[in-house]
Amino acid sequence: MTETWIILGASSAIARAFARQQAATGARLILAGRNHQELLEQAQDLCLRGAPEADAAEFDIRNPGTFAPIIDLAAQTTGTVNAAVFVGSMPEQADIDRDPDLLDTVVLDNFTGPAHFLHALAPLLEARGKGTVIGIGSVAGDRGRLGNYAYGAAKAGFHTYLSGLRNRLGRKGVQVITVKPGFVDTAMTWGIEGMFLVASPEDIAKALITATRKRKNEIYTPWFWRYIMLIIRNIPEFIFKKLSI
Amino acid sequence: MRWKTTTYSGWGNHLRATGQLARPEKTALLAPLLADEPAPAIGNRRSYGDACLNSDGRAIDMTRLDNLIGFDPDSGTLHAQAGVLIGDILDIFGPLGWMPAVMPGTGFVTLGGAIANDVHGKNHELTGSFGQHVASIELINQAGDIETITTETHPDLFRATIGGLGQTGVIASATLRLARCPGGTIAVSERRMADLDAFLDAFHGSTATYQVGWIDMGARGESMGRGILEEGSPAEGRFAKPRKLRAVPFTLPGFAINRLSVRAFNALYLRRVPKSGRERERPLRDFFFPLDRVLNWNRVYGKRGFQQFQCILPDETAPAALREMLDLISASGIASPLSVLKRLGPGRAGMLSFPMQGFTLAVDIATKKGSNALLAS
Ligand SMILES: Cc1cc2nc3c(=O)[nH]c(=O)nc-3n(C[C@H](O)[C@H](O)[C@H](O)COP(=O)(O)OP(=O)(O)OC[C@H]3O[C@@H](n4cnc5c(N)ncnc54)[C@H](O)[C@@H]3O)c2cc1C
Ligand SMILES: NC(=O)c1ccc[n+]([C@@H]2O[C@H](COP(=O)([O-])OP(=O)(O)OC[C@H]3O[C@@H](n4cnc5c(N)ncnc54)[C@H](OP(=O)(O)O)[C@@H]3O)[C@@H](O)[C@H]2O)c1
Repeated sequence: MTETWIILGASSAIARAFARQQAATGARLILAGRNHQELLEQAQDLCLRGAPEADAAEFDIRNPGTFAPIIDLAAQTTGTVNAAVFVGSMPEQADIDRDPDLLDTVVLDNFTGPAHFLHALAPLLEARGKGTVIGIGSVAGDRGRLGNYAYGAAKAGFHTYLSGLRNRLGRKGVQVITVKPGFVDTAMTWGIEGMFLVASPEDIAKALITATRKRKNEIYTPWFWRYIMLIIRNIPEFIFKKLSI
Repeated sequence: MRWKTTTYSGWGNHLRATGQLARPEKTALLAPLLADEPAPAIGNRRSYGDACLNSDGRAIDMTRLDNLIGFDPDSGTLHAQAGVLIGDILDIFGPLGWMPAVMPGTGFVTLGGAIANDVHGKNHELTGSFGQHVASIELINQAGDIETITTETHPDLFRATIGGLGQTGVIASATLRLARCPGGTIAVSERRMADLDAFLDAFHGSTATYQVGWIDMGARGESMGRGILEEGSPAEGRFAKPRKLRAVPFTLPGFAINRLSVRAFNALYLRRVPKSGRERERPLRDFFFPLDRVLNWNRVYGKRGFQQFQCILPDETAPAALREMLDLISASGIASPLSVLKRLGPGRAGMLSFPMQGFTLAVDIATKKGSNALLAS
């Protein structure tokens, strides 16, 4: 049976690595992104790397009116439909403090936009009765930190949404995986101060594939972030509120 | 485009640069970036020395622009962005019957870096240098203009770009003529070489496609120049699954590479091959990129890193010059594992390319007291 993966936010470095690893196993890909030309180049690359087919669909996560073509493409396939959501944005907290309107777009890009998309896709997945949804959250969603609590709050909302979606789709045989990456070496973090234990997009992509195979519910990646966040979550609030980590 | 201020180094970890790096992840960002502020490109920093460093300046990291653009399975012509790794080209196109005609000793170099250094492989005598298999280059000049150049359209610029260390502009993509890849293995014969004369004679007598010598730089007296000659020819064995990489988890202390550890290593390495020699089939990656199995192996050289000395010697002067260098290095007491002796043919594609007919010796030397004096001599 052929596997089809919808890659939402296909231009993210993690998404590109993930799509390539899927292509190498012969999966069919539907690439969704904002720039058509870029998507065509990526589709060609993936076909040369083993994908039997790769389609490009232009969309904007802030505009649910652009979702239908992606879902139509998926509906036309036979076999298993899967989706991985990489869309997100992380303006600097200082910029948000200066321009609080940015709060709306952060929530839209990281939480309500992806939730809208998954809501639109859910009926197809339920009808197929199988498949996997991967939602990329972040360790930042585990606790509100001084440095990026707006982004963290949006990711936390997405985590909670994914947990509910897991409950809904799990009943129909569809797996939903919440992914909480630590720092990853991508355009989002390039040149930002204070990064440590930075993982490569390829390693994160590999972890996503393993989590899919093992039908995980939630992963931290790389794995040690589970323990780092365990500690951070357990710092009492009266101490935490004085820290600037 | 965000610029990252960072300290970085080449593979030898000996020289470092502090400067600003941009790493575009989208093709469309590249030309405007250059028009904005001209900067040289760097690849995967597998150059040992300072070729990939721009101290106090800016540079553009090309590793994320790594799309395959087009492939013609009949002629084996591949068009790819400059950031694609040579090892990935081998992995992807090998099973389809094609591979890069020339590959350096590591698969972690980018297509752009392979062109900019006009790299040579273990088959140089027969196949020439990397640039001889490049059909065209898409070059972005300092003004941000994109031009496709070939030997026909821009003979001088083309020859200046191949082996040109990035000085003519940024290579955005290139078209390669791949070579046939009959199977997933190389039939390898390994023979012990008793001394330098035996080594050079064996090289002259060899007709194998691939030839590489591992020379024990510590051996003195009668066994000076002893080592192992590895000869390979393409075979039709199955393609191996990608192997698990091991990593050196942290930089070892500088004393890890010392006379004793290196002598023990070299002796073990020589003894791996029985006196009577051995023949076996090896997966392509194991044969072409033996060191790639351990990521970050450069960390064994400690914080101060190492330098690679490489020279090329014409056939007439090679025996005497090699003997003199072996003498110098073994007498210096500075340990140097894994020294490579290769035979090169006349093939070269650039004005500044390294190869010419003769022998090339490459010696890794840990940065220690006396290593600079040795390199200077
Ligand atoms: C273990 C090992 C074995 C090796 N074996 C061999 C060998 O057998 N034969 C051999 O010839 N070499 C060998 N090398 C050297 C290596 O092949 C070259 O240094 C190669 O150029 C490294 O490519 P890179 O992508 O890492 O480029 P970098 O080291 O990052 O850059 C090398 C040069 O290329 C230029 N450059 C890189 N990308 C571009 C671009 N897109 N446009 C314009 N200029 C660019 C840079 O400006 C720089 O001058 C070996 C190196 C290692 C570490
Ligand atoms: N990098 C890290 O350290 C890290 C850590 C934890 C979690 N994450 C998460 O990992 C995911 C991937 O991020 P990344 O690091 O790879 O960074 P990235 O390259 O910036 O990826 C963000 C992706 O979201 C897309 N996107 C943004 N706004 C959009 C919009 N309005 N409509 C459609 N697509 C939009 C981007 O598309 P364009 O190319 O068109 O902008 C891009 O594909 C994100 O969800 C991020 O929050 C990253």
